Amino acid sequence: MLNSLLEITGLEVAYGGIQAVKGIELHVGKGELVALIGSNGAGKTSTLKAIAGLQPSSAGEVHFDGKSMSSVEACRRVSMGIALVPEGRGVFARLSVSENLLMGAYSRSDAGISDDLQRMYDLFPRLIERRDQLAGTLSGGEQQMLVMARALMSRPRLLMLDEPSMGLAPLMVKKIFETIREVAAQGMSILLVEQNARLALQVANRGYVLEGGIIALSGRASDLLQSDEVKRAYLGG
Amino acid sequence: MEIFLQQIINGVVQGSVYALVALGYTMVYGILGLINFAHGEVVMMGAMISLSALTALIGMGLSPLLALPLSLVLAIAVCMLLGYGIERIAYRPLRHAPRLAPLITAIGVSIVLQNLAMMIWGRDYHSFPQLFVNQAHQMGGAIINDIQLFIVIAAVCVMAGLMFVVHRTRLGRAMRAVAENQHAAQLMGVNVNRVVSITFMIGSALAALAGMMVSANYGLAHYYMGFLLGLKAFTAAVLGGIGNLRGAMLGGLLLGLIESLGAGYIGDITGGFMGSQYQDVFAFMVLIAVLLFRPSGLLGERLAERA
Repeated sequence: MLNSLLEITGLEVAYGGIQAVKGIELHVGKGELVALIGSNGAGKTSTLKAIAGLQPSSAGEVHFDGKSMSSVEACRRVSMGIALVPEGRGVFARLSVSENLLMGAYSRSDAGISDDLQRMYDLFPRLIERRDQLAGTLSGGEQQMLVMARALMSRPRLLMLDEPSMGLAPLMVKKIFETIREVAAQGMSILLVEQNARLALQVANRGYVLEGGIIALSGRASDLLQSDEVKRAYLGG
Repeated sequence: MEIFLQQIINGVVQGSVYALVALGYTMVYGILGLINFAHGEVVMMGAMISLSALTALIGMGLSPLLALPLSLVLAIAVCMLLGYGIERIAYRPLRHAPRLAPLITAIGVSIVLQNLAMMIWGRDYHSFPQLFVNQAHQMGGAIINDIQLFIVIAAVCVMAGLMFVVHRTRLGRAMRAVAENQHAAQLMGVNVNRVVSITFMIGSALAALAGMMVSANYGLAHYYMGFLLGLKAFTAAVLGGIGNLRGAMLGGLLLGLIESLGAGYIGDITGGFMGSQYQDVFAFMVLIAVLLFRPSGLLGERLAERA
């Protein structure tokens, strides 16, 4: 793939003796929104963690923008342009909302940080009302907005979202996915992990179905939505 | 009344020292959930190094006005290096080990440092050179001398500076972020190991300053002085709520006051049954009483959150 931003070949991830990811191939092109779906324990989170460098891979390669990531520490991958919004959000509960956003820009030293802060408040108006509040006092949906904004503050080139809809009310889920669509429309490359397969495939360009640590299916998102296998296993008929 | 005021002054001076040392315990605990039991020995090393340097520099004919800050800077630099080394060698390899393991290495480091100090400086008490006339000032009938005044002022300035760094700077934000969630901090691009190292170095710098203060105030330093001092500062940190910076400062001040007032009045309270030599007992009794009613300390949060 010539213009792919993220290229994964033969990736394996193991915890102790248990293999969570058993050799997968996956790529995300520039400006593409790719969904990674699958049931609990299929290896979705492990894949994201390996890309972010939080979990060492036991085999295979992760290439980002043509460069091998195997010897790059997690904290340095951020400044190269990889941002992960982790499962369960991971806000800094005892930091204020604005401090959380500034943490997102930790790897940057350019002059555009305060402009970006303003852009995040425009994108998520709820956050500006609460900017001096401790992040731990926000509702689940507001926290999800906060961590997405925090990830965008690093000016990533690849944004990875792990289960952004988890534990949120339907209205809030809708709002989060509208934002994902909006960010993607601005040209951001996104790798989206979701258990809510229908929602994810509706916003994505392409999709991968992960099953027991291997890729069972892949293709255009619209094709996957129509596929009988996907319908049966993930879309409830 | 004069006696009461005098006890308050003594308590504030001693409490300032406890507060500085307690901050080192509490910062490390906040970030790693680890009690750095070697911290008291870093205070002792700070005292011994500054004392030796001061004696040597004065011997070389340097003016005390130059020798004092120089020896303090040297003690701080060596202690920062020591703090960095302790974390790197004794704690970092055990970062993900069960909690008892780093506790054992902490005690090990403590014993090593004590013995090292004994080999270098011997078992004798070393006296702090008398450089100036330690002017005594009248304060409403009580007395505070130059050294005590310096201790309180320096401690307040250093603590204000620390609060500024932790709450108003990028480094401080990173420290608080690491304290709360190391994984998430890494995802922001924070080099967690670097932040941990810096935390140990800041704590050790405070310890070196406290060490010099103690030896200047009492005029003495000794290879074993870190043990009880460290234990009391740790007590102060727990009293205030370990992991909480304001708690460490409050706990230090309170412990100093309790001790001092206890020493002054324990005889009256017990009708002469116990004398001022029981001041340590008194301090620890207060600690136990506070912990019975507030197990997480005065300003602490529920510890279960961190477990």
